[in-house]
Amino acid sequence: MNDRPTRSRAYADPYLAGVGLGLVLLAAYVVMGRGLGASGAFAATAAGATNAVAPARAAASPFFARYLAAPGPWRDWLLFELAGVAIGGFLSALLAGRLRREVERGPRISRRSRLVLAFAGGSIMGLGAVLARGCTSGLALTGGALLAAGSWLFIGAAFGAAYLVAPLMKRAWR
Amino acid sequence: MSAPLFLSDHAALIAAVVIGIAFGWTLERAGLGSAKKLAGQFYLTDLTVFKVMFSAILTAMLGAFWLGRLGVLDLSRVYVPGTWLAPQLLGGAIFGAGFAIAGLCPGTSCVAAATGRGDGLAAFTGMFTGILVTGLAFAPLQRFYDSTSRGTLTLPEVLHLPYGTVVALLTGIALAGFAGAEWIERRQRAPEPEHARVATLVPEQEPQA
Repeated sequence: MNDRPTRSRAYADPYLAGVGLGLVLLAAYVVMGRGLGASGAFAATAAGATNAVAPARAAASPFFARYLAAPGPWRDWLLFELAGVAIGGFLSALLAGRLRREVERGPRISRRSRLVLAFAGGSIMGLGAVLARGCTSGLALTGGALLAAGSWLFIGAAFGAAYLVAPLMKRAWR
Repeated sequence: MSAPLFLSDHAALIAAVVIGIAFGWTLERAGLGSAKKLAGQFYLTDLTVFKVMFSAILTAMLGAFWLGRLGVLDLSRVYVPGTWLAPQLLGGAIFGAGFAIAGLCPGTSCVAAATGRGDGLAAFTGMFTGILVTGLAFAPLQRFYDSTSRGTLTLPEVLHLPYGTVVALLTGIALAGFAGAEWIERRQRAPEPEHARVATLVPEQEPQA
């Protein structure tokens, strides 16, 4: 099921897709005066959920408190943007015939181990994104194109660490 | 025209969804909703991540520069992420490690999940959990989080070069990077041109029955 070597041919040319993505980012600068993002939407949701369950705990976290300020976490711009990302990704895959219930993994790893690794990797990214104040979208792409020094520092650190860790993860893919 | 437009709250949220749809669409079209494809970047078997990311940065960088120069876009009113040296160095490294383990980043995990992939949903849920737990346990991190602040520091300021020069330099570096990426992928497609030849030549010299 995971062995479809010709499948990647159906994807768009990476340079063309990249130019398209760059134009989307440019449109965000022009229309909104800000770029794209992803981790901020997770943060807004985490702040909003904490506030709903335990308002005192949410207010006690300076990290969450920022998202609780007006207009509030549920009207956060990035939350709506990330909802759009899910819709856009879904529509694109639907029209390309690429919607598929599956767990992507190499031949030597169980479905469950791959899911555990994906969850663990996601949690680690969450910690990193909080500390760095952004992720690949909001910090690397958005700030990278605006020549923010911290964005390029983040790009270097993230890819450097990824290349160090990847050899340990080989079993997940091949 | 004077951009950015800064829409009303309501219009801004509609724009957010529209821009998000275009963002998710291009990620999916490029194949970046696939963890296998993303992981290929870290094993140098598929450099799509690099190509998409850097052609996007190049396009937006050149677009912002020229729209600014033509007076269409007021760059001083576009939000530039601030720089905090230590948190972004360590946070970036932690993030990169998680990226290599999950095979997806936050935005692409959203696309992977939306297109039916269970590993995408797991990475997406993990990301949320990680931010939730870090947010709840934030107090001891606060000092580090606020340390080594450099404000909105930019590469032209760091390098003491004009904006246009840095844009030109990065354009050159990206183009060289694309050529390098194509070269690496060509080598991967024909994996053992020399080794294979040697391996097949040696037995051929043996007398065959």
